[in-house]
Amino acid sequence: MNLNKVLKGLLIAVPVLALAACSSKSSTGAGDADSAMTNQTVQVERADPAALAAEQMRQKMEALRRENTVYFDFDRATIRPEFAEVLQAHGEFLRANPSVRVTVEGHTDERGTPEYNIALGERRALAVVQYLQNLGVSAGQISTVSYGEEKPAVRETNEAAYAKNRRGVLVY
Amino acid sequence: MNRLIKRLVCSVLLLVGMQAHASLEIVITGGVDSARPVAVLPFTFRGTTLPKENIAEVVSADLMRSGKFNPIPFIKMPQRPAKSSEINFAAWAKEGVEAIVMGEVVEVGIDRYEVVFELIDVLKGNTGASSLLNQGQLSTTAHYLLDSRTTTINGSQFRQYAHRISDIVYEKLTGERGAFLTKIAYVLVRPNNEFPYQLVVADYDGYNEQILLRSKEPLMSPNWSPDGTKLAYVTFEKRQAQIFIQDIYTGRRTILTAFPGINSAPKWSPDGRRMAMVLSKDGNAEIYVMDIATKALTRVTNHRAIDTEPSWSPDGQEIVFSSERGGNPQLYSVNLATGDTRRLTFDGEMNLAGTYSPDGQSIVMVNRTGGRYHLARMDRQSRFMQVLTTTNLDESPSIAPNGSMIIYSTMHGRSQVLALVSMDGRFKARLPAADGQVKSPAWSPFL
Repeated sequence: MNLNKVLKGLLIAVPVLALAACSSKSSTGAGDADSAMTNQTVQVERADPAALAAEQMRQKMEALRRENTVYFDFDRATIRPEFAEVLQAHGEFLRANPSVRVTVEGHTDERGTPEYNIALGERRALAVVQYLQNLGVSAGQISTVSYGEEKPAVRETNEAAYAKNRRGVLVY
Repeated sequence: MNRLIKRLVCSVLLLVGMQAHASLEIVITGGVDSARPVAVLPFTFRGTTLPKENIAEVVSADLMRSGKFNPIPFIKMPQRPAKSSEINFAAWAKEGVEAIVMGEVVEVGIDRYEVVFELIDVLKGNTGASSLLNQGQLSTTAHYLLDSRTTTINGSQFRQYAHRISDIVYEKLTGERGAFLTKIAYVLVRPNNEFPYQLVVADYDGYNEQILLRSKEPLMSPNWSPDGTKLAYVTFEKRQAQIFIQDIYTGRRTILTAFPGINSAPKWSPDGRRMAMVLSKDGNAEIYVMDIATKALTRVTNHRAIDTEPSWSPDGQEIVFSSERGGNPQLYSVNLATGDTRRLTFDGEMNLAGTYSPDGQSIVMVNRTGGRYHLARMDRQSRFMQVLTTTNLDESPSIAPNGSMIIYSTMHGRSQVLALVSMDGRFKARLPAADGQVKSPAWSPFL
């Protein structure tokens, strides 16, 4: 009985949503597709716009948390080109949300001495910070901490593990 | 039923107790062949309550671990004299034994024991044997006896007093002060624990482990105050590096620094009034010296390359540090009064973690050559460099206060363990932990 109602509802709602998505893609020139689509959703579900914005940010943050690591070459602190996209996403999010603060962690593999690795880890963290600042993120939003070799992602002693441990991590 | 529970509880306590006592067990991996043969006879016991610790075993292990002596096994002993007057010197000399440690434990009251020990020079006893016939017993006794002491201790002091005997024996036979009554501090990492990072202090041989601090975030770089009562260390408990000082006996903690960025590598000055450290508050990793009482900072280095790992010269006038200013990290020294800075190392791809020997004659470091990280020692005058270790990924060297031995951290299989190497590189030993990774060892001063 109840199920029927739900199904009926879906039958109506799904085409509406699909239409909305289509129309937003074709019609919006200035705004991006995502926000146009969510505006439609607010109308359909009559959600509180403030709560939705928070939810949207939470989802965005969750996505950023999943893609929050850049890896470095041995004894190097230069950002590899393949991580430009990851940092771009974080940069855009931070620029759009000036109240959000991020901590950039710098990590190294276990080779070398722990104290030297603290300095090397900081250099990696600062390379990430520099990259974000070049994207327009305010310095006040970013702090750094270097853990050196103290918090390896993988506790193994081989090249593959070392490569996973030489990293910068953005933590919200 | 009750009895069963009691027995179960007891066995659990016993296991826990055993683990706490011997979680670092020493495995000697090389260099005993060249050591001087001595004999440590089992101490005779008179009384009813046998003490838990065996003095002769502790002394024997100490002497062997010094790398300088090789206590002969029990079965190779030619006789079992109860008193030094019963020693057949010729028989011991034939075994190549240079000195004999023997003694007696007498239970003199409830938890009170009188310990007598004698250190006997076999060579002198052997040559003196003929003089016994001519000159009489008295002069001969003084002749072969290198030392003899009587002390009263309680049941909990056996290990400590055994180490004291080792110190006396070592000093009499080498002319150098023994370091058997010292302690080591280290960081124990047990990734699956609720508090994975633990700051631990133990006797130099790994016994009497005491956890000073448990943390959910990393702990690093413990360093002893020159009076042996405090440790400085780095903690990340606030998800930021901070330097703390903790009193070992009262547990009182005081924060020294919490600057933005790096707060690393604290090292007490020899006079205990200043702390060298690494901060990045002014841009990148630089060496600073803090007056501990006033917290006033003096900047020592100023270079856009990494400068880290300060270590004081024994006279407190100089600091040796690692710097990348020449490309790869190498050791440099800076005179604190004049600022005069010199590069010290040129051998190998990298040299890190420079540490002065207590006599100031040499510097121990981590050398990377061909991608391998080993401990090396450089003579300060001749600049001759000798690689000391053959272990894997060596780091964090810390030298015993008598300059005889270096403790460091290394990889053994898949575990990070502590290891020992003598200053000449001949004696090598490993201290594997029963559970977890052990790192950042720091040898205490004489206590």
